[in-house]
Amino acid sequence: MSEITFTSVKHIADEDGNNVGLVAVHGGKTTSVAMRVGNYMYDEIMRQVEAGTLTIADAD
Amino acid sequence: MSRARDFADLAGSADAGGITGKNLIINGNMAVAQRGNSFPSAANSTYVVDRFRVNRNGMDNLVYDLSQSSTSPDGFANSIKLDVTTAETSSADNENLKIDTKIEAQNLQQLKYGTSSAEQITMSFWVRSSTTGTYAIEIYTEDSSKQITNTYTVDSANTWEYKTVTFVGDTGGSINNDNGQGFLISWFLSVPSNYKTGNSTSWRTYNVDGRGYGQTADVASTTGEFYITGVQLEVGSATSFEHESYAETLRKCQRYFYRIGGNETDALGSNVGRIASGVMTGTGAGVVMRPNPVTMRDAPNVTFDDDISRYTVMTSRTTNAVTGVGDNQSTASTTAVGFTSGAASNDGDGAVLRSTRAQSTVSVDAEL
Repeated sequence: MSEITFTSVKHIADEDGNNVGLVAVHGGKTTSVAMRVGNYMYDEIMRQVEAGTLTIADAD
Repeated sequence: MSRARDFADLAGSADAGGITGKNLIINGNMAVAQRGNSFPSAANSTYVVDRFRVNRNGMDNLVYDLSQSSTSPDGFANSIKLDVTTAETSSADNENLKIDTKIEAQNLQQLKYGTSSAEQITMSFWVRSSTTGTYAIEIYTEDSSKQITNTYTVDSANTWEYKTVTFVGDTGGSINNDNGQGFLISWFLSVPSNYKTGNSTSWRTYNVDGRGYGQTADVASTTGEFYITGVQLEVGSATSFEHESYAETLRKCQRYFYRIGGNETDALGSNVGRIASGVMTGTGAGVVMRPNPVTMRDAPNVTFDDDISRYTVMTSRTTNAVTGVGDNQSTASTTAVGFTSGAASNDGDGAVLRSTRAQSTVSVDAEL
């Protein structure tokens, strides 16, 4: 999969504050990401985080 | 007619390619285009039709339009059209342009890769290009990280030509029996010089130096058009294209992607735009879900294709715009996503997620 340009990526937390999701904004679209290795968008987010080019924001 | 005759005819049908399910490619006749039919100045990685994507690496000058075209050879109604409107002036190492498709690994087990009985496969397709010359096709296997290429030649400009390209079986690299990527198949349209130095005409460990081995044609270097349709990949030699109903192809495509919402109308012509139903789980927050039309390859991503304020949540008390997208609770069989809105609601109230205009769609995506 080619590189995706993310406007932002943010954690989603449950009532106890546990991170249970990722929401990514890219190209004017908003994706609730399936957090599973092998999912191309999740893998791309993790790749960019490891490369230091993307930071995942804390949940609201 | 005797039963013996029936069986003999059936065997003959197999030889003539009459048995269904022989085509390993989904949507090879380019009939299903759930994401749209026209992509002017298309972005990178655009799925111009389902299962077929146009990818570029670099090429900062290049501009092209993509569409599901009705220009097609006899017996086909559609093709992919790539129309170069601004050519690439010079391409550096690794800059390339290609059309690709991916095949799920568990659908390739009959190829017996990694054994001494690995099967030969043949790709057949119709192509029409304003650029004559030799083009490369690469098959990449993710599980064994191997590649093989072969070439075809466009002899006459702007003329439909039928091509067959054969690939020997890979006795050395196996393909996992799972829902991951089995094949990545790339029809290169433009390749840089560093993609053409390594001989990749037999299976070998992947290396970029052989990705476009043998290619001379360069679609990106001049304005012009490239079309392709009737793509079939099968065990053995090429046989006639396996036509199937639109519904059957759509069902296969929806394992990887489907789109809902927009201006869907009911029988009375009312714009209902229903996307999913669910329940409020607290003031302003809830979850909606819907069964997927087929079991998807994996738990999907859920994408709101429009600004989220263009979606509403209707409860028994009020209708309010969505203000936030929440966690993904989907499975391969059901799409479910949390949301927040300004809805004045109580825990347990029913909720319906709706779109407000044509582009307010939701894409459900389990692509490889």
